[in-house]
Amino acid sequence: MTAPLLRLDDVRATLRLKGGEQTLLDGVSLEIGEGEALGLVGESGSGKSLTTRAITRMLGPEFAVTGEIEFGGASVLGMNAAKLRRYRSQDVGMIFQDPRAHVNPVHRVGDFLTEALVQNRGVDRREAERRAVVLLDEVGVRNPEHRLRQYPHELSGGLLQRVMIASVLLTEPRLILADEPTTALDVTAQSDVMAILDEQRRARGLALLFITHDLELAAACCDRLAVMYAGEIVEQGAHVYDAPSHPYTVELLGARPSIDERADRLPVLRYNRETHELMKAEA
Amino acid sequence: MTDRTEPIVVARGLRKVFPGRAKDEPIVAVDEVSFELHPDECLAIVGESGSGKTTVARMLVGLETLTGGELTVRGESRAGGVKRLADRRRWAREVQYVFQDPYSSLNGRQRVGDIVETSVVLHANRSGRRGSARTAALEILESVGLGEQFASKYPHQLSGGQRQRVAIARALAADPAVIVLDEAVAALDVSIQAQILNLLADIRAEREISYLFISHDLAVVNQISDRMIVMEHGIVVDSGETADLLANPVHPYTRSLRAAVPRPGWRPVRRDRLAS
Repeated sequence: MTAPLLRLDDVRATLRLKGGEQTLLDGVSLEIGEGEALGLVGESGSGKSLTTRAITRMLGPEFAVTGEIEFGGASVLGMNAAKLRRYRSQDVGMIFQDPRAHVNPVHRVGDFLTEALVQNRGVDRREAERRAVVLLDEVGVRNPEHRLRQYPHELSGGLLQRVMIASVLLTEPRLILADEPTTALDVTAQSDVMAILDEQRRARGLALLFITHDLELAAACCDRLAVMYAGEIVEQGAHVYDAPSHPYTVELLGARPSIDERADRLPVLRYNRETHELMKAEA
Repeated sequence: MTDRTEPIVVARGLRKVFPGRAKDEPIVAVDEVSFELHPDECLAIVGESGSGKTTVARMLVGLETLTGGELTVRGESRAGGVKRLADRRRWAREVQYVFQDPYSSLNGRQRVGDIVETSVVLHANRSGRRGSARTAALEILESVGLGEQFASKYPHQLSGGQRQRVAIARALAADPAVIVLDEAVAALDVSIQAQILNLLADIRAEREISYLFISHDLAVVNQISDRMIVMEHGIVVDSGETADLLANPVHPYTRSLRAAVPRPGWRPVRRDRLAS
């Protein structure tokens, strides 16, 4: 097997506060191969978003980060400013939960889509627009030429998220970091956006790190899953959804109501910090 | 005590039109919506954003007036919206509202005990509780799983699940006939969501209360509701017993909603190109 595209080895992020310090990522190790999709699943505060921020080295100076983060064999923590900028703008593409918070509301969709190409790659404006139109069409946006002239507020959430996907694909990254990209969308729009992301990613052979709280959704769109709890990955692999082995994963899967049958009572998670510490001590 | 066969809430041909901005056309948010809510029943209103489900809920508590149709609670019309403070009090005593985000719906400068106590005092004349309002408030907090130590805390000191318990306690303090739960578990983690859904079931087992449960989540709706109505673009496209409707969805919209829910073996499907 060739070297993975992204490799995290024992990554720790400690938040330094006045009163003391708090370890928020506690030895995270994972790998994503070229063209592979990994689902990083966890509840709020488990550290999944923090992991993506560590991957892009976007944790502020209040964090002490240790361990190894490698992209394409190069150490991300060791990159100088120029290399880091290249890595962030060309190697990884990011899609967030709320597309509206990540576009400039007073700029037209066309400006948003072409900015990176024109500014970072020196692509001619006309050529950039042509590529944007092609991509909007591929992600299922009707009448793309017209869309370029519109402002973000004129587009629905689902449509704007497709624009975000197009904007990421335009820069031709090798890895997409998608942090809860469909959480703010309706179920039908979620299905649609994930289908597009999945199809485009496969067609281009891009790797994906898909951050979500939804185990079912992650299982449907990823090759492997990693489950996070309290800043740690408790379990990862291709088996996680069908045959979970860690008690937290088992309980998390059981607590979600089902559309097919109704439980008398939903099983409540007994797994907590205490059991977590106990399990760690035993291991 | 009401006759069990007599519905508490009757909605007939509800209509709500919002005036459009500037030269835009008026927006028909709710059109010809009819339903009944019976004592001790949980009715779910299911739909996607913009379907009008929240507007219906807001009409029921008097936060929106009706453009047309008839809406009664225990036989009293609510069509005109709230005009007098006395009406608001009386209405609130019968129908309470729990919002999606307990952080913005609870007063951040009031302690949890005071939040619930205020509701007890405000609606005291109908509830036959003995003892002080404080004791009553503490009992209610206890019943939603928050012990005495929580009474002196502020909302920001609580987790999302605990805050939603406070919002439910505040609603219960009015001793209402109906609680409107508007996406009340949508923002919660799965582990917390399960606890709150169980709590809502426990409350129903202990007292006669009806829920109007507004949600986009069919799995949650399947867990909690007896009947459901499905809304799309302001109209009711489907309705029936929840279990039947989800087991054998007939209407194309209900089918598409059900098909979009991730579950074992599910794959996301691309729709036709979006025009909007």
